[in-house]
Amino acid sequence: MSSPLTFDIKRYAINDGPGIRIVIFLKGCNLNCAWCHNPESISGKQERMYAQSKCIRCGTCVVACPEKAISLTPEGIETDPEACKICGNCAEVCPTTAIELSGKPLSVNEIINEIKKERIFMEQSAGGVTFSGGEPLMHSKFLIELLDECGKLGIHRAVDTAGLASTEVLLEVAQRTDLFLFDLKMADPERHRNWTGVSNEKILENLKVLAENGAKIIIRIPLIGGVNDDELNLIETAKFVSGLSGEKKEVNLLPYHKIAQPKYQKLGKANDFRILNEPTQESQQQAIAIFQQYGLKASIGG
Amino acid sequence: MFEKIISHVETPERSAHSEGNFYSKTNTSAGPGMNERIQKLRKLSVETEPSLSIERALHETAFYKENFGKMSTPVLRAANFLDHCRKKEIYLGEGELIVGERGPKPKCVPTFPELTCHSVDDLNVLNTRELQRYTISQKDIDTYSREVIPYWAGKTQRERIFSHVPEEWRLAYEAGMFTEFMEQRAPGHTALDGKIYQKGMLDFKHEIAANLDSLDYLNDPLATDKAEEWKAMDISCDAVILFAERHAEKAEELAATESNPERKAELLKIAEICRWVPANAPRNFWEAIQMYWFVHLGTITELNGWDAMNPGHFDQHLAPFYSSGIADGTLTRDQAKELISCFWIKVNNHPAPPKVGITARESGTYNDFTNINIGGIKSDGSDGTSDVSYLMLEVTEELHILQPGCSVHISSKTPDQFLHAATRVIRQGHGYPSVFNPDVYVLELLRQGKSLQDAREGGCSGCIEVGAFGKEAYLLTGYLNVPKILEVTLNNGINPVTGIRVGPETGNPETFESYDELYAAFLKQLHYVVDLKMRVSNYIDRMFAKYAPAPFLSVVTEDCISRGKDYYDGGPRYNTSYIQCCGLGTITDSLASLKKHVFEDRKFGLNRLLKAVSGNFEGEEVMRQTIMNRTPFFGNDDEYADSIAVQVYNDLVDAIDGKPNIKPGGKYHLNMLSTTCHVYFGKVMGATPNGRLAGKSISDGTSPSHGADTHGPSAVIKSLTKFDQVRSGGTLLNQRFLPSLLKKEEDIRKLGHLVRSYFTLGGHHIQFNIVDTATLLAAQACPSDYKDLMVRMAGYSDYFNDMNADLQQEVIERTENNGF
Repeated sequence: MSSPLTFDIKRYAINDGPGIRIVIFLKGCNLNCAWCHNPESISGKQERMYAQSKCIRCGTCVVACPEKAISLTPEGIETDPEACKICGNCAEVCPTTAIELSGKPLSVNEIINEIKKERIFMEQSAGGVTFSGGEPLMHSKFLIELLDECGKLGIHRAVDTAGLASTEVLLEVAQRTDLFLFDLKMADPERHRNWTGVSNEKILENLKVLAENGAKIIIRIPLIGGVNDDELNLIETAKFVSGLSGEKKEVNLLPYHKIAQPKYQKLGKANDFRILNEPTQESQQQAIAIFQQYGLKASIGG
Repeated sequence: MFEKIISHVETPERSAHSEGNFYSKTNTSAGPGMNERIQKLRKLSVETEPSLSIERALHETAFYKENFGKMSTPVLRAANFLDHCRKKEIYLGEGELIVGERGPKPKCVPTFPELTCHSVDDLNVLNTRELQRYTISQKDIDTYSREVIPYWAGKTQRERIFSHVPEEWRLAYEAGMFTEFMEQRAPGHTALDGKIYQKGMLDFKHEIAANLDSLDYLNDPLATDKAEEWKAMDISCDAVILFAERHAEKAEELAATESNPERKAELLKIAEICRWVPANAPRNFWEAIQMYWFVHLGTITELNGWDAMNPGHFDQHLAPFYSSGIADGTLTRDQAKELISCFWIKVNNHPAPPKVGITARESGTYNDFTNINIGGIKSDGSDGTSDVSYLMLEVTEELHILQPGCSVHISSKTPDQFLHAATRVIRQGHGYPSVFNPDVYVLELLRQGKSLQDAREGGCSGCIEVGAFGKEAYLLTGYLNVPKILEVTLNNGINPVTGIRVGPETGNPETFESYDELYAAFLKQLHYVVDLKMRVSNYIDRMFAKYAPAPFLSVVTEDCISRGKDYYDGGPRYNTSYIQCCGLGTITDSLASLKKHVFEDRKFGLNRLLKAVSGNFEGEEVMRQTIMNRTPFFGNDDEYADSIAVQVYNDLVDAIDGKPNIKPGGKYHLNMLSTTCHVYFGKVMGATPNGRLAGKSISDGTSPSHGADTHGPSAVIKSLTKFDQVRSGGTLLNQRFLPSLLKKEEDIRKLGHLVRSYFTLGGHHIQFNIVDTATLLAAQACPSDYKDLMVRMAGYSDYFNDMNADLQQEVIERTENNGF
């Protein structure tokens, strides 16, 4: 089986599940959220990232490029996207790591070895591993293998998902997952399609089934000013979450921060951030209050 | 089902945003502190500018003029101490409960001309420099120049030392290969055990008298020496008793005219206490603190030992007095807290004595490193935390003053509740308490040959150095500039900064064909410089034994009385000389760079790299960037770099550990402390093969090089526990955290888990800097120095360095809004 790409491994992660965790970020997503914090996670292919602030204009990459796609500019370099084959030669020689290739085909073994490095911290803090993305369920076979290996090691497993997958796959994964961090963007299917490119019908159905099957779930909601922090959406979301079977789910609200812009620049992707706003303190408090009305424990961060 | 489980923990839950507002500022409040008394005392202590007092020097000079040569050295020293205690100005401040100052008033520091005599120039510099200023009047400078300086010319300890050191030592010293602690101050690092809470000075005097009585003058060749030492110890006990009695008199005098009946009663109580301790063992909590304080003042007035003095496991010593006071109703929790606060402020009243010579020009620190050990384990191995431990943390948090620096000691038996209380104080971002691991340092002490009980009664004093409290002279002899040794190796024994030879010829590096050859040459240089340093440290050690014995310190240090030997002369039960090795991160990264790029990948030839290094990488930015970004560096849980660190560490241990010092049974050990010396060591060095530029600081303690660790704190911890820390006498790990990583109560708990993890893996010490806006601004100005600075957002994290200026600004503003 060829490995999917891993684009980041974060150690001492303290906001992605209980305890101290290691987070494995797999590349590739079936949603395309306008506010995505990790734009390099969306494509499942390797991507070339360039940070002009780190570039010293040494020209090493210009020489190394077999396609002659790179040229020096007064500010840094310019790459012809037509000519660039993303071979990675430039990233390999760049002395400052201004050019990086996002995504490495790490094997299950390689990832497990990284996870093992953090065992003592997980054990001391009742932490574990969190598989995130992208959408980790897109690589279900690979993910299941990883989950099984972690299971053998007695490591607590969390899967951070937006929930868009076949229900069968999801349940297969659920048998090996101790905790789901289930992202809910918004309640209305049309609005969901507008902002993420897909409808949420399957997502909501999956969440319901997951809850019915007794999976432990924390609901995570990115709170974006002017996108999903309106009363109507929050009430609808709260209603849905509160109607899920089993124990009342914990809700983590993740306020949007205008932080990913440089990553978009690095990828050479355009994104209009003007339409996205950080939620106000009031709207954050209002959101918490709405969830409370539906008997749900909501908090900022997670 | 319970709606909510009510718990009665002593550290009440509080939301993270209330952190930083731990005292309620009212219009009448003069600053932090539990009540008006503490607020006023603290304010006075914090706001008083440090000054110099020439009183001690004048007394001493007059005494030496009259008595030098008339008595044996120990007796001369003790009589000099007694004379000063008889004459010195006594200070008893308004509202004080714990009394006694080394100088005539708070923050007023005496000089010790017998060790190093400040010149007029020195005094002028101290009086006018911008940082760490000590004020002194022109009149006092004139008096000093007339009365003190002429007498000591040629007679100080410093001159004695420098007139005898070999030329090769002087060259290496001047090159900054190492420093010498003992040239400026008396060897220190003294922490006490519990004996002064069981015995008073009168008891010690009895012991001394019994020893004198049983002396075998006919058969014991050392009988006369012992007799003189005992006489001196006896006199020094009298000195401290007299010092206390003069405070009793002062208190009575003040009481006679005091109109406030409450204060009058306090003053009379103080008089009663000062007549009881230190002559007798303390009977209650208040007396126990005052007892220690008089002993503390005695030792730092007699001489100016490094790292002032340290009560050791103060909470454990006070705990029995606290419990009995609470039980019989003579003490309340608030009274105890007030007394601890008074004591804390007393320590803060005592800045370090300023240095002389070139170092007077450099800014140093006011901190005299009194490091109070809180928590830990008892001598029977059981958990040492008590109510007093929590009280001390509370006081530390509330007062947030420079001194005392306190440390918490977290063994596997320490309850999480205490660790959590401590991490909350850490959260305040004052840099303390630092955190120590008794499970490891007890092993370190056992390995050095201490008994199990003595090891458990031991702990850490000064910064991170481990010792058997109350039973050991563990002298820091100086810092070793390990990266400089590599620099000299790469120049065949020549210091490239000056062109002067400071080490043996170990081969022209251009002829080295393998990394092993290079490393072997480095080892030769290492052994040469360590042996050179030891030779002179041993000599200096003897100078102190001969000319500057410390009879009072000897009284309170175990076995000095029974052996009839001074603290500096092998009197203590254990005698250790430490060499502090600096720059493990810099040397490891430099070696990794050489190994990988030159000898393995052959990316650049050794010649070219050496040329680039000697040219401070000018015109070689591509090479420098390649090295900095493409070399496995220490602190990332990377086997390549970490195995080099392990090798260097083991070779340092082999070069230093176990070599005899000149005291009976005494040995050299190493620790990995750098204090601020890594900055000085960096200044005397050119660029290094890890891409560090000339003059920049080398890495501190056992921490990774600045910005070299890019995989977070857990990876750093893994790297640091690959070498066996038990073989050292202490390691030092600095970790920098943004306050946003510790926003929630849960985050603070996770910090505790991180500590537990480090200690489970065998870590000795860790300390946290919770960085503020100032640091963020500095990070903005010089990003490459702050590569490891991590910023966490909800559900998303990134390195500060990777964010553009606008976002950084955003974070800076947000952070400030949150009140950090």
